[in-house]
Amino acid sequence: MAKATVTFADIGVTVTVPAGTRIIEISEKVGAGITYGCREGDCGTCIMKVVEGWDNLTEPSVLEGKVLRDNYAGKHHRLACQAQVLGGDIAVKPA
Amino acid sequence: MSPKAVEHAIADRRPIEISPRVHWIGALDPDIRTFDVILKTANGTSYNAYVVRGSEGVAIVDTVKEEFADDFFARLEAVATYDEIRAIVINHLEPDHTGALPELMQRAPQARLYISFQAQLMLKALLKRENLEFTPVDTGDRVDLGDRSLEFLHTPYLHWPDTQCTYLREEEILFSGDVFGCHFCDPRLFNDTCGDFRFSFEYYYAHIMRPFREYVLRALALIEPLPLQVIAPAHGPILRDRPTAYVGRYRELAAPRLKREIFPGEKTLLIFYISSYGNTARMAEAIYAAAQEIEGVRASLYDLTGGETNSFADLLEEADGLVLGSPTINGDAVKPIWDLLSSLTVIDMKGKLGAAFGSFGWSGEAVRMIEDRLRGLKLRVPLQGVRLKLIPTPEEIEECRQFGRSLGEELMGRRANRVIDMSELLSSNS
Repeated sequence: MAKATVTFADIGVTVTVPAGTRIIEISEKVGAGITYGCREGDCGTCIMKVVEGWDNLTEPSVLEGKVLRDNYAGKHHRLACQAQVLGGDIAVKPA
Repeated sequence: MSPKAVEHAIADRRPIEISPRVHWIGALDPDIRTFDVILKTANGTSYNAYVVRGSEGVAIVDTVKEEFADDFFARLEAVATYDEIRAIVINHLEPDHTGALPELMQRAPQARLYISFQAQLMLKALLKRENLEFTPVDTGDRVDLGDRSLEFLHTPYLHWPDTQCTYLREEEILFSGDVFGCHFCDPRLFNDTCGDFRFSFEYYYAHIMRPFREYVLRALALIEPLPLQVIAPAHGPILRDRPTAYVGRYRELAAPRLKREIFPGEKTLLIFYISSYGNTARMAEAIYAAAQEIEGVRASLYDLTGGETNSFADLLEEADGLVLGSPTINGDAVKPIWDLLSSLTVIDMKGKLGAAFGSFGWSGEAVRMIEDRLRGLKLRVPLQGVRLKLIPTPEEIEECRQFGRSLGEELMGRRANRVIDMSELLSSNS
């Protein structure tokens, strides 16, 4: 399976992950500062900033796009509970 | 109106004049003692709702809890007709302010509903209706009522994501929602005539607003520049006497209690422990001494049995990092640790450094349980805590020292970037 890396910039940890991994699957285990509420793409608690590799994540769904807009999320922000790794290198940090 | 006349009018279900164009049309709930599970009140509460009359229409600001809807509609009908209502403003969607909203929308179908843009999804969940017509608003948006107008201030997380304040500039009245409110029921209604509600005001801040201190400060930046004749909150007395004193009190409550004796470039690490045979205490001392060696770290060490939980929570509000040491007894961390952790729900711990450690006799579950709770409180927990069986050996004390140094480096942002494989991560957390 294709490998990718996700760097959590706030704690300086890079994790090698298989493609298809969601950020939520690793960020808590590694102790990064991204926090979660509903865990199902509704509440906007887990908004994170994608510092690098925006195109290496799946596109936001229509619903995720709406939650991001409702929460005034800036450019290059995603929900960590929804964003899925496609491949390559990605760096994220809490918004 | 005299305080006695206000009392009589409330008992007769009549509206109370705040100014010739603004009336209170809320309800009193003197019998409630526990509010939202977490709050106590010694004499009930009020659900404040208001009517604003402009030359070109009427606006309603907030409603009441559903069981008090009859009071609300009786007062409303005494001061306006339903066909005059142009705008319904809801500053906060919790059911104690929206209980009469569905009925109001039916009685005044032409009225436009105004809510904060962050309230949109909640409104749908609350009313369970499709094709709802409403206008989401933000700071700077206005509703024109002719010679009166309402302006909105986006003040989220005070205390829900949707909360906002509404300002009537022509009369300098702020309809503040739950901000500046309290659970205090007094039929004299105004702060200059009612009983002493100061402790209720402070208690409400401590339990409802304090977890969102950063948002309180942002809201104050919007509110403080406004000229204020009256603050009309959603609960408790209407603040018409020295309203800015209450704004000032929020500023004091949201600011640090004492100036910290911490210099720029320094960070504080608080280490709390509790120990049955002195083993977890020895670990704590080793972690403390090693963390203190890292330049910029100001570490403090506390035995949890020697202080009050609330005082420790106050310290933690200002700290940069928290480390908890607990033995494992009956497969769990001990009660003083959980007491401290549960007290932290009223303060903002998001993004602080968290860690745990402890000595144990049989199984040692406490450390991982504490780490999970710290993550639940939104701390980051980048270092897996040290767990030792019974009495620490010199090598194990060195392990604690290394843990302390790593925590110090992590706190100061000096740890080198680590690369790990996801499989390693999954197995290490088992």
